[in-house]
Amino acid sequence: MDLSVISPTLLVASLMVASTPLLLAALGELVVEKAGVLNLGVEGMMIVGAIGGFAIAVETGSPVAGFVAAAVAGAALASVFGVLTQFLLANQVATGLATTLFGLGISSLMGQSYSGIRPPATPRLDLGPLGDLPFVGRVVFGHDWVVYFSLLLTFAVWWFLNRSRAGLTLRAVGENHAAAHALGIKVVAIRMAAIAFGGACAGLGGAYLSLVRVPQWTEGMTSGAGWIALAIVVFASWRAGRVLLGAYLFGGVTVLQLNLQAAGVALPVEYLSMSPYLITIAVLVLMSARRRGAAAAPASLGQSFHASQ
Amino acid sequence: MIALERRAAPSRAWLWGAPLLAVALTMIAGGLMFAALGKDPVAAIRTIFWDPLFDPQFAAYSRPQLLVKAGPLVLIATGLALGFRAGVWNIGAEGQYIVGALCGAGAGLALYPMEAWFIFPLMVLAGALGGWAWAMIPAILKTRFNTNEILVSLLLVYVAESLLASAAVGVLRNPEGGGFPGSRNLSQWASSANPELIAGTGAHWGVVAALIAVILAYVVLNRHLTGFHIKLAGQAPRAARFAGVNPARLVLFCFGTAGLLAGLAGVFEVTGPAGQIGIDFNVGYGFTAIIVAFLGRLDPLGILLAGLLMALTYIGGELASFMLGIPVAAIQAFQGMLLFFLLAVDVLTNFRIRVGRRDIA
Repeated sequence: MDLSVISPTLLVASLMVASTPLLLAALGELVVEKAGVLNLGVEGMMIVGAIGGFAIAVETGSPVAGFVAAAVAGAALASVFGVLTQFLLANQVATGLATTLFGLGISSLMGQSYSGIRPPATPRLDLGPLGDLPFVGRVVFGHDWVVYFSLLLTFAVWWFLNRSRAGLTLRAVGENHAAAHALGIKVVAIRMAAIAFGGACAGLGGAYLSLVRVPQWTEGMTSGAGWIALAIVVFASWRAGRVLLGAYLFGGVTVLQLNLQAAGVALPVEYLSMSPYLITIAVLVLMSARRRGAAAAPASLGQSFHASQ
Repeated sequence: MIALERRAAPSRAWLWGAPLLAVALTMIAGGLMFAALGKDPVAAIRTIFWDPLFDPQFAAYSRPQLLVKAGPLVLIATGLALGFRAGVWNIGAEGQYIVGALCGAGAGLALYPMEAWFIFPLMVLAGALGGWAWAMIPAILKTRFNTNEILVSLLLVYVAESLLASAAVGVLRNPEGGGFPGSRNLSQWASSANPELIAGTGAHWGVVAALIAVILAYVVLNRHLTGFHIKLAGQAPRAARFAGVNPARLVLFCFGTAGLLAGLAGVFEVTGPAGQIGIDFNVGYGFTAIIVAFLGRLDPLGILLAGLLMALTYIGGELASFMLGIPVAAIQAFQGMLLFFLLAVDVLTNFRIRVGRRDIA
């Protein structure tokens, strides 16, 4: 075993790359859950974004077009979830699972002809001399635009939820939909918008996996990232800043275990690759064991709303 | 204006009409999907739903496969349905299925090459216990720390898949397999084999177990206090608390039963149709069983029918990929679509559609 092959600079830089899909998906789900909707379809929306973005990026040669298509694909699948749960009042847990199962199926169907192709590259932003600084240059200034976009989005979501009037309305819908309805707020419309936003974010996260992180299309390539994103929202106690922390923590665990595999640690590969899931479970247990953890959840989370109630 | 009006009581007719309508809608939407893939939609639907049962050329092979595939689906879905009824969401049956198979195979292979009557029952017991124990992890975390059981049970699927991969190349690898991953073939070792019981039907011990599970679940749900508590907790959690239902015990019972049955499904599969522990041993029965449970209206008898239908889509899907070149992945999308449509038309069970002037809500 030789741990010296693990370079701290590259470790931190790749941590940010590994965390970005989780961060994007978790931010989307945060807004959805703040509106009182539990969408368990994150995994499905991510993988649909992954293949949708990959296919469009390959066909057009433009990664940006790919990311846009991924957001549209994620939002489209999320809208199916939205129509079912908001208009047809289907159970949110069951519909979320259906979204994931359908997303996994349709993505491998769409991806038949795209395996083994390299997508057009998403280059690092050229920030001139800043990028040449030691350590900081690679870690802070040496990323592609999506990484910066995800950080910006974290701030935007925080500002929206905590500082804007629209965010207050959205939180009101999530805390008590009956009271919000009585105040004349359009509960279903707000929830549909939140669900579409969540789907678009998950789609972007998926596309980041297939276009930058891997970069390739393989069936089932999200391998649980969507579920980890859901866990991050719980870990973050439904706060945007903590979502960032959580995503980077889980990204860090993933990168570290990959580096340890490469360094040839005396643990079988299978045990290292199960570690992100085990750590996610451990963190969920720690969060739920604290009394305050569960109380942070939006009060109407997962409940159907029908104006007759 | 089209509005939904809550029914005073769920409609009995739509309770069973909804799945039929959902299947019909899925066939139409699936046909459109196949047409988009450039295949003849009518031929595709016929190949999936008709040919495996009635085509003179394929039926002889396909019909027994129906029970082989339906067995694990029904076994797992029956357990899941108990939980879903009570509002206990175990979505990690795939993991419990894998661990059941690993424990069962491990218990058997520890005694290899002994020949004895008790080996197979021992393996079944070990498999059931393995699935049960794996399900107990989310259940105990839920009751002890109130941890979200949905996420924990699902995340444990990935852990179980890693364990499977590690066992296939490690502890359970066939020492005479020339270094290839995968265990000894359990279906060829007389003491552990789970053969076809009646020639030409495909029925192995897993199918027998599935039938017993369906009957027991029916009795529990309709004739036993536990079943009443399960239904009460699902429909009116507050009333259930006043009636003295212990939610923690209910969670442990639902997870335990589902894990036990999924573990059984795993051990019957590994000793029978699959034959050995391999890296690709699990094929998603644990997830498809979720669809089966809902399609069967969370009712044991309904699950029996839904399991057969879902098994048919598996076999028909293979046939369609062989005959018409339809990708196997299309069937997974098809199954997901079925669940979508089912959840969508389910609104008719609890609501009435009113067209016309809308009252002030």
